[in-house]
Amino acid sequence: MKSRNDRYLAVMKGIEKSFVGVNANEGIDFDLRSGEVHTLLGENGAGKSTLMNILSGLYTPENGSITIDGEKKTFKSPRDAIDSGIGMVHQHFMLVPTQTVWENVALGLKGLPFVLRKREIISNVLAIQDRYGIHVDPLAPIWQLSIGEQQRVAILKMLYRKADILILDEPTAVLIPQETRALFATIRQMVAEEHGVIFISHKLDEVLDISDRITILRKGRKVATIPVENATKESLAEMMVGRKVVFQIDKTLQNPGRVVLEAKDLTVRGPRGRISVNGFSIEVRQREILGLAGVSGNGQEELCDSLAGLRKPEVGSILIDGVPLEGEPARTFQRRGVSYIPADRLGTGLVTGMNIRENIALRKFWRKEFTRFHIFVHWENIAGRTGQLVERYGVLNPGLGYPARMLSGGNLQKLMLARELSDDPRAVIAVQPTWGLDVSATQFVRETLLEQRDRGAAILLVSDDLEEILSMSDRVAVIHNGRLMGLVENPDRVTEEQMGLMMAGTRLDEFSPQDHESGKSPGKAVPENHEIQDPL
Amino acid sequence: MDFLVPILAAAVRSGTPILYATLGEILTERSGVLNLGIEGLMLMGALSGFIVTHATGNPWIGVIAAFLVGIAIAVIHAFLCVTVGANQVVSGLAITMFGTGASSLLGRGMIGETVVGFSRIPVPYLSKIPVLGTILFNHDPLVYLSYGLVAFLTWFIFYTRPGLNLRAVGESPKVVDAMGLSASKLRYFYTLVGGGLASVGGAYMSLAYTKMWGNGMTAGRGWIAVALVIFAIWHPARAVLGAYLFGGVGAMQLRIQAAGTSFPAPLLMMMPYFLTIIVLVVISIQKGRGILLGSPGSLGVPYSREERG
Repeated sequence: MKSRNDRYLAVMKGIEKSFVGVNANEGIDFDLRSGEVHTLLGENGAGKSTLMNILSGLYTPENGSITIDGEKKTFKSPRDAIDSGIGMVHQHFMLVPTQTVWENVALGLKGLPFVLRKREIISNVLAIQDRYGIHVDPLAPIWQLSIGEQQRVAILKMLYRKADILILDEPTAVLIPQETRALFATIRQMVAEEHGVIFISHKLDEVLDISDRITILRKGRKVATIPVENATKESLAEMMVGRKVVFQIDKTLQNPGRVVLEAKDLTVRGPRGRISVNGFSIEVRQREILGLAGVSGNGQEELCDSLAGLRKPEVGSILIDGVPLEGEPARTFQRRGVSYIPADRLGTGLVTGMNIRENIALRKFWRKEFTRFHIFVHWENIAGRTGQLVERYGVLNPGLGYPARMLSGGNLQKLMLARELSDDPRAVIAVQPTWGLDVSATQFVRETLLEQRDRGAAILLVSDDLEEILSMSDRVAVIHNGRLMGLVENPDRVTEEQMGLMMAGTRLDEFSPQDHESGKSPGKAVPENHEIQDPL
Repeated sequence: MDFLVPILAAAVRSGTPILYATLGEILTERSGVLNLGIEGLMLMGALSGFIVTHATGNPWIGVIAAFLVGIAIAVIHAFLCVTVGANQVVSGLAITMFGTGASSLLGRGMIGETVVGFSRIPVPYLSKIPVLGTILFNHDPLVYLSYGLVAFLTWFIFYTRPGLNLRAVGESPKVVDAMGLSASKLRYFYTLVGGGLASVGGAYMSLAYTKMWGNGMTAGRGWIAVALVIFAIWHPARAVLGAYLFGGVGAMQLRIQAAGTSFPAPLLMMMPYFLTIIVLVVISIQKGRGILLGSPGSLGVPYSREERG
């Protein structure tokens, strides 16, 4: 990072791209030198991913020029970009889940013979692994790997193609703290070898840690490009959002009351019949937020689906106010006061093709005030109620008769909160409630959940954003591979390091005192490199 | 044994058209395209193979013609499913209806005609092996060709670069696209080849199995092939097992009828189709238990690049 270079690997000038109705990129300039980490910073929807999808040839810009290593280029497809030495590690990794690591590396590789030379590819993969310190078993199928390991495969794939320009789209969003450190070590190694790295993120601490220069985007426009020395967390946040941002969450102290939501030895099957939740027990009390941390895909969604009555548990019981409800239909859960804010807003949470009134009426349409003579829908009452709710929750909308899909991400989530939280629920299950939202919508969601807590609701907050969990929760539980790894009574006293270890599968009660202080023992956190015999 | 060997040999013979169609459909589905037009393609293959053989006297030219006709019809399906992104089920059903109708219209003059077709050529030495020789190596050349095809496709799908691309595009076309390969071209290619193979399966019916043309002569074998793809878990070698199993049931059913039992013939004729249902039920139960991993993840889902999601 010290050896700053003036060789420009990539220069993008005046890039413009719009999707139906939205200007995703408006005249953006961006450049990357060799041997530097250049961060693209911006809120969701600021146009970072669009810009990078253009650089990687996935999207075609309407205007603007791209120069790679001094040569003007027009990318018609990802192939052209790959040939120019550009490798992108997408947020949703571009990997074929049913195939093995080496097969994924080989896919689309130039100059490959007709018959695959498995041994040769594997030994090349192992050589790159050693050089950059990224380890993953070349023979393992992708679907068996953790998210962190999958990310390593995605990076490996680009290094195998000798990519000079590596684009990492929100790479740390899915990692535990220990994995993030390992990733940063790899990035530093690549930069030392004169690669250029474009790092996309909205986590300010990380950005300040890894970057050489930072370009801030807002609403499809470039705000500024500054060297990291001139940046502070506050200045970056202000440029990103367009106004001063308060990082503090006002959380009052509350006395939790009786247990409202309780799961006992819950075992739930997920897709493909796998056991996703395994003997999981948890209690959520009145006036508390219980945060459930974990790398996504460790059984959180199946657990929450079953707590909301959408998925029948295999074994175990679910109690609401002491009444066992497992095996009952979802409507019974709803009647007992369980509200659900699922991660999958557009699939499970809302029906995007139905209008705003209908979405509000979902889950409640059978109620007396919404029906005439118990069988006909009372549209007038629903419309009246929807009008009130939209007002109260500040859902910006083109009209109540318009389909929900016309709303932006933040407003969709507000609409869901309006439906789920307006009847003073006993228990709230909120999964990734701020995922993909901009700063102001995120703040609104968090404040609303805290209000619900103060009113007396028992809240289960599931998120893979550790910061969110630690700042919002009164108690924190960690899930890994469908099992409870530990329950932390006081989130202020747990380190990110310890949380990371639990998220990687170490039980809280397995911690020895030394681990806490030295902060090492990554042996378990970063899974051991699977020893494989050199096939040659 | 004397009773069993002829039945097994007949199983191979009557399973071969289903095998060709199943192999074709495996290729197509592995690329992510569902083709329910197999029945129609087989009928068109049966007719075109028959007409050309009738005219030229050479069944090999007939088979090649059938292969080309299959490709030509599959172009329609590929265009609708890949280029336009239409509903693959609807398109496939349309192909079947088209093939059924067009073949009976165009084949009116061929009813009652016969061709020389393929004849039995025992493989030297191999056919002398007791039991196995009679079952496997005492057939017409198209049967031997199908053995080679199974071995080739197994090798092709799992050990070659294009095979890797094929498996990838059926699973995640987006990844294939991002890696600089054309998902559309791959899907086109395998939809066409698959259609050609299904059509050859039909030609086997009219050139080797019956040596005549009759309306709707494939009698649902195309549908059995579609079901067999699932039974085979998209693996060519398992397709052999399935095809011969169904062929065997069909052959047995004929023999039982010929032996003159009092068992009602329609019930016997129902057996292969009944077996199809049973196989699908068993497979679906296993699917719920998570055993089924071979299914291409993007089967039936059209792909377009700039769709924002």
